[in-house]
Amino acid sequence: MRVRFFARYAELVGRSEAAVSLSLPATVGDVVRRVREDFPGARALPERPLAAVNLKQVRLDARVQDGDEVALLPPIAGG
Amino acid sequence: MRNAEFSEMSYLTRSPISLDALLAEVSSPACGGTCLFLGTVRDGPDEQGVTAIEYSAYEEMVQVEFGRLLADAGARWPEARIAVRHRLGTIPVGEASIAIAAAAPHRAQAFEACRYVIEEVKRRVPVWKKELRVDGTEVWVDPHGRPTSSPPVPLSASQRGGTHD
Repeated sequence: MRVRFFARYAELVGRSEAAVSLSLPATVGDVVRRVREDFPGARALPERPLAAVNLKQVRLDARVQDGDEVALLPPIAGG
Repeated sequence: MRNAEFSEMSYLTRSPISLDALLAEVSSPACGGTCLFLGTVRDGPDEQGVTAIEYSAYEEMVQVEFGRLLADAGARWPEARIAVRHRLGTIPVGEASIAIAAAAPHRAQAFEACRYVIEEVKRRVPVWKKELRVDGTEVWVDPHGRPTSSPPVPLSASQRGGTHD
């Protein structure tokens, strides 16, 4: 699946997206763990970041499927 | 970051927000009260020489989330007409990063709907801001305007970065 990083998280990881393969069933939390293992800069990410799947905020125990777009979101600071 | 301007129906813009256009979107003979909220880039006593804020977003999700948020507002205030624009890119101090127009038959609904939209934006619309300071440093700030990344110069814990609240 495709994982996207934004704002400060993109700077920490050194990229704005990555392709991640996981054996299913898997959760968003599994995606976060895999990203933290695979990319050195990603170890600076929080263990429980805000996340979205397919443009909707979800909890870390939400299931992910092949083809999903998972996004790790820094604390929202808009307006 | 994308340089192209957003489509006509977008909630996002990289240009200064046109308040006339926003007000025209909500204007209606049935509405007797209109509220306009502007969030502007601030460099007040709590900031340390902010010259501008660079706004970035998860643009596809912003579009979807604004749609959900306005649908929620429409369910709460069915007679209200609401329009919103969030500006992205580098926004100088004093210019608006967000504008919300809410028109309703009576003023109470207009005030309430406008307040609801800005509070929900701050809670759920994926936008981030990085302060650009007069000393050349750049600092990501959290929802409360506090630094989330360490700038090259030391900051005391009491100092806050800033935009409007």
